[in-house]
Parts: sequence; structure tokens; C-alpha cells
Amino acid sequence: MTDNLANPRITARTMNEDSDRVSGPPEILKAKIRADDVHAFYGAKEAIKGITLDVAEKEVTAFIGPSGCGKSTFLRCFNRMHEIIPGARVAGRVLLDGSDIYDAEIDPVRVRRRVGMVFQKPNPFPTMSIRENVLAGLKLNGLKINDADRLVEESLQQAALWDEVKDSLHLSGTSLSGGQQQRLCIARSLALEPEVLLMDEPCSALDPIATARVEELIHELGGKYTIVIVTHSMQQAARVSDRTAFFYLGELIEYDATDTIFTKPSDPRTEDYITGRFG
Amino acid sequence: MKDAAASELPTDKELVPASTKVARATRKTNRDVNAGDRIFRGVTTFFAGLVVVTLAAVAIQLVMTAWPSLSKFGFHFLYTRDWNPVEDEFGALPFLYGTVVSSTLALCIAVPIALGIAIFLTELAPPWMRSPVSFLVELLAAVPSVVYGLWGIFVLAPWLRDTVEPGISKVLGFIPMFRVPESGSTGLGMFTAGLILSIMILPTISSIAREVLKATPLPLREGALALGSTRWEVVRYVILPYARSGIVGAIILGLGRALGETMAVTMVIGNSPNISASLFAPSYTMASIIANEFTEATGKIHLAALAEIGLLLFVVTFILNVLARLLVWRVAAGRRYKTAGGRT
Repeated sequence: MTDNLANPRITARTMNEDSDRVSGPPEILKAKIRADDVHAFYGAKEAIKGITLDVAEKEVTAFIGPSGCGKSTFLRCFNRMHEIIPGARVAGRVLLDGSDIYDAEIDPVRVRRRVGMVFQKPNPFPTMSIRENVLAGLKLNGLKINDADRLVEESLQQAALWDEVKDSLHLSGTSLSGGQQQRLCIARSLALEPEVLLMDEPCSALDPIATARVEELIHELGGKYTIVIVTHSMQQAARVSDRTAFFYLGELIEYDATDTIFTKPSDPRTEDYITGRFG
Repeated sequence: MKDAAASELPTDKELVPASTKVARATRKTNRDVNAGDRIFRGVTTFFAGLVVVTLAAVAIQLVMTAWPSLSKFGFHFLYTRDWNPVEDEFGALPFLYGTVVSSTLALCIAVPIALGIAIFLTELAPPWMRSPVSFLVELLAAVPSVVYGLWGIFVLAPWLRDTVEPGISKVLGFIPMFRVPESGSTGLGMFTAGLILSIMILPTISSIAREVLKATPLPLREGALALGSTRWEVVRYVILPYARSGIVGAIILGLGRALGETMAVTMVIGNSPNISASLFAPSYTMASIIANEFTEATGKIHLAALAEIGLLLFVVTFILNVLARLLVWRVAAGRRYKTAGGRT
């Protein structure tokens, strides 16, 4: 079912780490993002049917649910990426630190600077080197880079990629393996020092070992950044997240501490899904 | 799984004849497929070969017709300016110059506009506007070149003569290129030809560039947008670098059209075999001289000289296309080389 079952050693290790961790209380002390009655449409089709949810600051929040339940769409509402699809629109409010990112005066470009995103398929820029890829966000935004070398090293360190690529920074970003490419994309997002990092099934195109590396990384980054991850793999949600939200047919069914969701879910549909009865 | 397979397994009795039948049938079809394949292969090879043969035949015929001129003038032909059918003195330089300069001028005007159109239509235009506008742009390619020529003579040339050229000359007249010649301008000349050509090659460049830009993978656009880039930054730093080789190809195809265009250019370029510093002076192109003089050329050398100009045009376009092809290959190969290391 999940990629990691193929490698018992890794699974055992990550699970041990998980059991050491004390999960936070279900109440959210500070909401970094607050979705307030969010509806998302593709043309006339309503993909998200009015969801209200808080994302806790500096925690990892996982969105799970069967294909087509709207979890990726909902994620893309958080950095206004949903609206770039022709015919797509969003209704409702998404508050980032209390201010609505869908306010008419807000430039989506500014929002995306603060809310980074990592995609399903690694997408390093093929015309740029590894180094240029890391700096791409700053270059794209026309920001002045004071100490490019240090920024590149720090970002790649944070993405746990530095040791593997430090001698080949001039090679094309696409010369790396899939897992390395995905970590490069994470480094590229981190270089901009985002407040929130959205991850849309970041491991679905990766092999089990690369998946384990990226999961470890997400786990580590959780204390420093507010991370929202969409995943198909329930084991992954259990391993990396503090809180889990279960979506079904465009609605939020249940949202609680990850432990609670996976041990004693309150909604029968959640239980059916996590026990593998559908999805 | 195992049980299901076992229950479906036929008994030995059924199995043996059935499998032989299948084997026989397969062998038979194999033979038929091979025969069809051979015929198909033969026919397509013949068609492909036809292109090579035609190209070779054109080249050989041109060389044979041009031979008297080739042997009489030699390389001299390329850099002398005389074109005198009475004295049988011929040099191709004015025509070479006219073709190269008018085409270059056309590219300088058309490329930025065509790329702008392509970027607007793929990146910025609202969806309802894309199809109608790109249809209109492509319609420019459907206008017969003689119509462009007429429009050039009756509308464009007078306007350029009376309004545009004096204006440019006033501002940039210190550069010889933009100075109206002392004898005055008729509006027919290099500048008008370049402008007409630019309109004619615009649809070629913009429609190919549009296809190329559209082919940029969505994940790359999304990646750039998610980093907080504006539309312009996405285009400038992600899409254009990705599409570079294709855009070069589009430009070269436009250039190919400009080099060979005959009718419209002949009507507006003024047809005077001079090399003038000014763009507003009349000029002549290789295609135009052939079109104008071929039917009236009686002298053997005159005819041969025209054929040699044809040969020259052929060689110039050939070399340009080879260069363009090499450029595109090099860009593509560079990308391949870079990616060769990874993706395990």
C-alpha cells in the first residue's frame, strides 16, 4: 500500500521516532492559516463545499482522503494557485495571520512569496543549474542576494541535499535523481524563507528510499515552518504530521490530532477510510 | 488468484489442438504482416528518396544553366556591382545585398512583434480572446503576396514617403542609414520592402512561437508561480529559456520566407541595382531580378547570370537552414547532455 512497507528498516525507524514524539493538544494555540467557509469551483462544478479549518503554526498538518475528494484543490486555495486554472474560482475567506489573502487589494504574487509550495512531480527548472534553481525564487522576484553562496548552502543543508550535490552545483537541476530533485524543489522554496510550506503529495513520484528521506525532512522542518501536506498514504500522514484532516467529496469530515484520527476516529467514514474499506 | 486460474485452465485434450491452431494462425499472419510492411517500407522510402532526388536535380540543373556565367565571371560574380545586359557584364553584389538587408530588416521588425503576440496569446490573453486573435494573425499568411504588393504601392509607400521617412530622417538623419537620399524618396525602396516582408513573416514566426511556448510543461509554470513570480518573470526566466531552441527555429523559418519572397518585394523595392547607404533608397533582390528579367533575357550569358543568381539564392537559403538546424540541435543536445547524468 505505501511505498515504505518495501523497506522494513526505514519503516521501523520512522515509527520509533513517531512514538517518541508527544503530540500536541487538539486545541490550536495560534492559527497560522484560517480557512473560513471556503468554496472552490472548477467552472460550475463545486469541488470544495464550504470548509472551515485552522492550521496550527509550526506544526505539520496532513490532508488525507480518497482521490477526487478535493484535498489538493483545498491546498491550492492557500496560496491562490487554484485560480490560475482557467474557469477556476474560490469563494470564502482564507486568513493568513488574520488577513484575508482573497481580499481585492492583495496581490497573489505577494501571497505566494510567503506561502511556498512543493508539487507532486519534482519540477526543477531544466534550464538552470542546481545553484540557480535554489536562487530562482530570489532571482524571479528581483530580490538582491547578499551572500548567494551561503544562502545556497543553507537552503540545501535544510533540505538535506547539500552533501550530495555540493560538488556539482553547476549541473542542471534535472540531472539529479527524482528524490534529489524533490529535495531541490524543497530547498528552492526554503530559500525564500516562506512562512508556510504547502506540499501536494510530495512523495508520490518517488521510490521508497527517496520517500523516506523526504519524510524525515518534513518531520525535521515541522518545528520551524508551518507545513501542510496532502498525501495519499495514510502511513505517511501518521509518520509526519501532528494533525490530520480527512476530506471526502469536497467536505471536511474530521479534523483532529493525528493520533486521535488514526486510533479513535469519531466519524464512521474516517474509520472506513483509514481501515482501507474504501479509497 | 491461483484457484481462479486453475479452474479456467483447459483440459489437455482441448489444449493441444487449440495451441497448434493458434501457432499456425500466428505464423500465417506474421508472413502477411511482413509483406505489407515491406511494401509500405518500399513506398515510403521511395517518397523520401524523391525529395533528395528533386533537390539534387534542381541543383544540377541550376549549375548547368549557370555554367557560362560561372566559367566567365568566377568568384568575381559575387562582389562586382555591374549589371549590364548590353555589355554582358554581370555581378550579383547589389542583389545579394538587397536580399540580405531587406530580410534582416524584416526580421528586426517582425521578431519582437511576433514574440509579443505569441506571449500575449499563450500567457496573458483571456481564454475567449485566444482563438479569434490567433486566427486573425494566421490569416495574414493567407493574403496573396501580390495583394501585399498592391497595398504596398498604393497605401504604404506614399504614407512612408510623406510621413514616416521624413520623420525618421529628421530625428535619426545623422546616421546615413536613416537619411532620405538627396534625389528624394519615392517611397519605393528597401525600407518599404522590409516592412512588407515583416508583415508577411509575422504569422509564421508568431504561430510557431505560440506552439513552442504552449509546450512548456505546466509544472514548470506552476513551480515558478508558486515561488511568487509575476507573469513577466515566469515568461522571462522560465518559459523563454525553455522554449529558446524552438523560437530560433521559428525565426529561421520566417527568415526563409523573407529571403525567397518575390512578388510583393518586386513591387515595392524600386528595382534598382544600387547599393545605397540609405534604407529609403530603391534596391533590388535576387528573387526580384530573376522574376523581372528572366522572360526578356535573350543573351546566353544574361540567362546564365540569372541562373547563377538563382543558384546563389539556393545556396544562401541552404546554408542558412543548415546553420539554423545546427543551432537548434546544439541547444537541444546541450539540454540532453545535461540531463544524461541522472534520473535513476
